[in-house]
Amino acid sequence: MKIYDLPDRFGHFGPYGGVFVAETLISALEELRAQYEYYRNDINFQKEFSYELKHYVGRPSPIYHAKRWSADLGGAQILLKREDLNHTGAHKINNTIGQALLARRMKKPRIIAETGAGQHGVASATVAARYGMECTVYMGSEDIKRQATNVYRMKLLGATVVSVKSGSRTLKDALNEAMRDWVTNVENTFYIIGTVAGPHPYPMMVRDFQTIIGREAKLQMQEEYGHQPDALIACVGGGSNAMGLFYPYIDDASVRMIGVEAAGCGIETGQHAATLMTGKPGVLHGNRTYLIQNEDGQITETHSISAGLDYPGVGPEHAWLKDINRVEYVGITDDEALAAFHALCRYEGIIPALESSHALAYAAKLAPTLSQEKLLLVNLSGRGDKDMDTVIQATGTAL
Amino acid sequence: MSRIATVFDKLHQYNRKALIPFITAGDPNPAITVTLMNELVKAGADIIELGIPFSDPMADGPTIQRSSERALKHRVGLKDVFNIVSDFRVANTDTPIVLMGYANPVEAMGQDKFLVMAKEAGVDGVLVVDYPPEECAEWVKSLGRHKIDAIFLVSPTTLETRIEKITNMAQGYVYYVSLKGVTGSSNIDLSEVTSKLTQLRSHIRIPIVIGFGIHDVVTAKILADLADGVIVGSWIIEEIEKSTTTEILKNISRLTRDLRNAIDATNI
Repeated sequence: MKIYDLPDRFGHFGPYGGVFVAETLISALEELRAQYEYYRNDINFQKEFSYELKHYVGRPSPIYHAKRWSADLGGAQILLKREDLNHTGAHKINNTIGQALLARRMKKPRIIAETGAGQHGVASATVAARYGMECTVYMGSEDIKRQATNVYRMKLLGATVVSVKSGSRTLKDALNEAMRDWVTNVENTFYIIGTVAGPHPYPMMVRDFQTIIGREAKLQMQEEYGHQPDALIACVGGGSNAMGLFYPYIDDASVRMIGVEAAGCGIETGQHAATLMTGKPGVLHGNRTYLIQNEDGQITETHSISAGLDYPGVGPEHAWLKDINRVEYVGITDDEALAAFHALCRYEGIIPALESSHALAYAAKLAPTLSQEKLLLVNLSGRGDKDMDTVIQATGTAL
Repeated sequence: MSRIATVFDKLHQYNRKALIPFITAGDPNPAITVTLMNELVKAGADIIELGIPFSDPMADGPTIQRSSERALKHRVGLKDVFNIVSDFRVANTDTPIVLMGYANPVEAMGQDKFLVMAKEAGVDGVLVVDYPPEECAEWVKSLGRHKIDAIFLVSPTTLETRIEKITNMAQGYVYYVSLKGVTGSSNIDLSEVTSKLTQLRSHIRIPIVIGFGIHDVVTAKILADLADGVIVGSWIIEEIEKSTTTEILKNISRLTRDLRNAIDATNI
């Protein structure tokens, strides 16, 4: 089979990706591209990265067989890649460590980040504290209201949280604002993007740092089950946890890959964040990809119960993997995600993040249609402690 | 000769510099834009840069983003922008119009349809902020086929090798971003601008104009003297923001006239 080797040297995944930014950002991106190109092949860099992942993050994360839940569903076996057990409670830390190590080598003492749910903001503030760097996190004022605990976490870790009041006051506006900070302070500042989006080299670099998920999974599956799973399932907002799991499997045609988008209140209501299912290709945040937009090309507001999936774009590599039919992209509604959230709590004693609950919900739909010896590997990308308030509200629970 | 080349030719003959105000189409409402453009010309504008509203103007500062948001409240889309230009052309066939915007609205309409409509409306140049030369070779060829100038940005951090690349594709004029940051920021480093312009002159044969961060007439005069003209955006839009609907024309006219007088003065 043809070996998958994207992006090209200009950051293109087929027609997607690239560097769609104003001239003012070009030299900063070129510096980053050249430095990353060097360090991704540098043994000492990779050694330090692996050391940090093992001793600070707690990797490798185990693969756990959700036996009771699988038995109840009565079909394929559901296996969970436990990224929720990482330090800070999600896969996001894999990437922020990689980028912080790069920032240190590039002699940038200040890091900035954008955040939606706050997970990437917390992961960035964490590594800033770990390496003694200054950290500013941009967050939409709407998201700040929805995620007060994470805002406090970032502050505890020493970060400055800037409330973004422009546009829809959510993740996409925080990203715009972080870019503005970067272009103004590029001499001393490194911008840590949290997902596989943005201009080249970000989609490739974030993917590379997250592929630890898929590389571990391949070894663990071989060791513990003697073969690879029949399908991989991961949620897709920007798509970093999914890319991290999928990438090492792209050339293995026997493994089905399913990306799960947020169908919100239902695709037909228009209140969703299912970019690949409903969007059209366009240009936003430095890359060409599928976007949720109106007929005038304005980016429109999205909805998901999970703030981490509430984004009108998607990583350009996902756009390409959709077009070449290597990955199937499906939607899960808020209600379906909540049902899976509760099921995992009750059957396995694991409280999953609402983002990951979308992947779980699709596994719960698929499993009963398959025989019992089939294996579904779900990326449990984060834990749900951060989502207590949202779930309490959504279910109308009286405490 | 294109309208843009004609304007710079004439300015050059009289040893004058171009004044290029920037406003966003449809800010604060679509009804006022054509009148505002006519006022700008009367007050001394040589070329008008007209912003295409976009929901996510990543390279712009908060002032220009707010102007986009005001226009988008009225659902101003590309067709409205072209209508504005056509209406302006009814009475004015001399002042060049340069559209400035982001790739996504252009691609949502389709590049070809955009260019056909732009030409028909009387647009002279287009600057797509997030199309750097590496990503827009075909686009620039299409612009050429429609005889619309491809305007490009050059920044303080643009390396000499890239200046060469940009020069090969740029037409009309080159827009030199006088500072690091987004539109409307402050702190222009004059010695940096001077040395960069000397470098640019050795490569670029077409006019060079300076913009980003002009908030007083003295700076406007200094920068205009260094280059072939100045672009003033955020300052004008702040004035629009501050003015009541009835005052807008008067206030923008006064501001533009002040800029014109400062730029034309032999010394200040």
